[in-house]
Amino acid sequence: MADTLYRSQVLPSDVFAALPEGLSVTIESHVAMAGLRLRDLAEVLNTTPPVQPNTWAATPDGQMVWLGPDEWLVTSRDQQPHELESTLREAVKERGGAAVDVSAQRLSLRLSGVLARDLLSLGCSLDLHPSVFTVGSSAQTALGMTNVVLLALDSAGEDYRIFVRSSFAGYLADWIVDASAEYVN
Amino acid sequence: MQLIECPWCGPREETEFHYGGQAHIAYPETPSELTDTEWAQYIFFRANPKGLFAERWSHSGGCRRWFNAVRDTRTYTFLATYRSGEPQPEVQS
Repeated sequence: MADTLYRSQVLPSDVFAALPEGLSVTIESHVAMAGLRLRDLAEVLNTTPPVQPNTWAATPDGQMVWLGPDEWLVTSRDQQPHELESTLREAVKERGGAAVDVSAQRLSLRLSGVLARDLLSLGCSLDLHPSVFTVGSSAQTALGMTNVVLLALDSAGEDYRIFVRSSFAGYLADWIVDASAEYVN
Repeated sequence: MQLIECPWCGPREETEFHYGGQAHIAYPETPSELTDTEWAQYIFFRANPKGLFAERWSHSGGCRRWFNAVRDTRTYTFLATYRSGEPQPEVQS
């Protein structure tokens, strides 16, 4: 059997080293992601895919993000990409669903700190106040000039996860570093 | 810049959307029997009203779903958006 191909590092590991206090970005590499298409809703990975638009649900080792009325993005920290794909496929194939490994498509960034929401508001048109963009919310929208999937992880507006297309990750990293410059004392 | 109400995601900025031309154009029921003139009518000929116009839009920067909208071509005001397959709502400009 061929060796498993791993995605090479998309971003240099020190790209976020000089962010101001109150803001930190972690590059979450090796997160397996799979696209799930399913019309006949069923429980997958002990989780029912969220039907409410712009939300996500927690799975035992990752998240299930609403991307469309019959489309979800499933992430997993513990499983290998091919394992996640085959697990999902086994779970939904009887119902005519489909699962495809898309781990290399997006990079996961975790943005946290008291400045996180303020920083996002510089490039995102959505209202990200925790009373509106509550924990469990997600949004597919524009951040700067690129499209991202944005997840709210806490109820204080200080913890977000951003999925960005791998080929736009360099741009978004530059944008975050540039946008955070105004918070440097 | 204005907000467009995506039937799935809610109000989003106009830049997240793409235009898709006139809505409610049904594919011919018997395509093999169409003359060249009828094909040309189906493919190329579209209404161009001054006023209310039902159009297809795609939320390409978000959920990537196609939906329909009624827009006033004089003012560029979106009067209604609705999901594909739903009937066109009655709206007043």
